[in-house]
Amino acid sequence: MSEPILELRGINKSFGAVHVLHDVDFTVRAGEVTALVGDNGAGKSTLVKCIAGIHPTDSGEVLFDGRQVSIHGPKDAADLGIEVVYQDLALCDNLDIVQNMFLGRERGKAGVLDEADMEQAARRTLASLSVRTVKSVRTPVAALSGGQRQTVAIAKAVLWDSKVVLLDEPTAALGVAQTRQVLDLVRRLAEQGLGVVLISHNMNDVFEVADRIACLYLGRMAAELPTKDVSHSQVVELITAGRSGDLGIARPDMAAV
Amino acid sequence: MAEAVAVGADRESLGGRLRDIGFWADWAAVIGLVALVIVFGLASPSFLTLGNIQAMLVSAAILIVLAVGQTFVIATSGIDLSIASIMTFGAVVLGLLYAAGWPILLACLVGVVAAGLAGVINGTLVAKGRIPDFVVTLGMFSAASGAALILSDGKPTQVVDGFLLALASGSVGPFGYFIVVAAVVVVVAHVALFHTRFGVHVLATGGNAEGARAMGIRTGRVRLAVYLISGVLAGVGAILLVSRVGAAEPAINTTYLLNAIAAVVLGGVSLQGGRGNILGPVVGALLLTALTNGLTLLGISQYYQPLAVGVVVVMAALLMRYQR
Ligand SMILES: Nc1ncnc2c1ncn2[C@@H]1O[C@H](COP(=O)(O)OP(=O)(O)OP(=O)(O)O)[C@@H](O)[C@H]1O
Ligand SMILES: [Mg+2]
Repeated sequence: MSEPILELRGINKSFGAVHVLHDVDFTVRAGEVTALVGDNGAGKSTLVKCIAGIHPTDSGEVLFDGRQVSIHGPKDAADLGIEVVYQDLALCDNLDIVQNMFLGRERGKAGVLDEADMEQAARRTLASLSVRTVKSVRTPVAALSGGQRQTVAIAKAVLWDSKVVLLDEPTAALGVAQTRQVLDLVRRLAEQGLGVVLISHNMNDVFEVADRIACLYLGRMAAELPTKDVSHSQVVELITAGRSGDLGIARPDMAAV
Repeated sequence: MAEAVAVGADRESLGGRLRDIGFWADWAAVIGLVALVIVFGLASPSFLTLGNIQAMLVSAAILIVLAVGQTFVIATSGIDLSIASIMTFGAVVLGLLYAAGWPILLACLVGVVAAGLAGVINGTLVAKGRIPDFVVTLGMFSAASGAALILSDGKPTQVVDGFLLALASGSVGPFGYFIVVAAVVVVVAHVALFHTRFGVHVLATGGNAEGARAMGIRTGRVRLAVYLISGVLAGVGAILLVSRVGAAEPAINTTYLLNAIAAVVLGGVSLQGGRGNILGPVVGALLLTALTNGLTLLGISQYYQPLAVGVVVVMAALLMRYQR
């Protein structure tokens, strides 16, 4: 089993009176794909945003590479080498592909953009993801199809020399071929030694690429298991009921309160 | 907007483009300006004389400077309703300091700094106080004109100074200093908006503030910065205004405010933010200036001018809906 690169311990998060995450423990291992599953509203995106520094946590600790770290904003997360493809925080429609991929981390001297350099890097990254349908990296994102946008969002995350990549439902808008590409990419990133987190509602995809499966149930971590130790139906039970046999939360009825 | 058409030019025939309403929408300000120049040029022989063109450019300069400041704010999906009041405030500060015996350059500098500070107050309230732009700058609109009235006791201050006289009357070749100042502002603004990190962040803040924040952009700082820019440019406008009038007047320049916004709208910048364009608002400012100038030359009562401006702006906004 490989080393944990990112470890969360006892994370709590509330939005006002709504307690969304309850004492969540979560481990991401370098070189592995961890699938994060759970029903709608279970708290998957919230957990990702806590890791990314978008939402401050109420309590709990975060360890990166064994060291305790505090992430106060997206910049902190990026500096550690954590990249995120968000489910709902889309690209800037009014900007083009290059501008989006480098947003917040533009290249250039003294604030003046080095367009040629960024264009080249963007083209290279898109090519490495075998994106062929995008004509120009200067196309405004508004003019792209849903799948193309998603690919650009993913390209944006892998452009950087990152250690952990979190993908929140990256294949939700994709066609068969693009989904294939993203799943292959997810595997490839793990093989390169990155810690990859894949959020997905598609059990086939999860079982195909994940080394471990973490299941959130109503904001609690119901189980974190190696994929080979569970079956489809057990995972589905964990997602819908929070338990399956002796796996999962002991008394899900209490958890629901 | 120019690029979109340039790309399409290879594929579409001229006739096809003229039938496409999007073409007219993209070029609304330029077409409007050309149309006005033709109409007024035919109607009044003095309209296209060198002297009148120079006069128009000079009187457009202040509006251009204000419109550029307004463009930055509108690009972040804000709006600065206080821009003309801040100009008045800066002018009064300049005038009073000059009257108190300060050297003119220092008086000008402090006038610009005072206007910039008013912009910083706007920006802080919008970014940190999370009060809507409209409300904050409406408040500043009133507060800055009030401060100008209080400081000046409602009276204009004469500013007769060699430097400001030279600024108003001197020229580089055929271009008056006013035009040079406006041109420098326009070039710097264009570079800042389209070739710097800051410019991308301005557009990202206007297009998708939440997404921009997720990418680590401090959208609050960006908002603060655009109001600072708007304030400083209002200060630059104040210097030009005092230089032109020869006095610092605490008058409320609502025409400048409305025309500065109108120029931006005419220039094809969406009030929803996220879209920026410097040359468009410049053409918009020229169009509005040509409109007032032409109507004056034709001897039409100046009471009709606001009406004409209003009609032009609304017509342009209607056309803009077909923008590509
Ligand atoms: N910004 C917010 N303010 C208030 N409540 C929120 C906020 N974000 C999420 N929530 C609530 O937190 C809970 C978990 O939401 P979250 O988006 O994390 O679910 P999810 O597991 O990602 O679901 P899905 O599979 O539908 O994407 C939901 O009940 C949601 O209403
Ligand atoms: Mg989600």
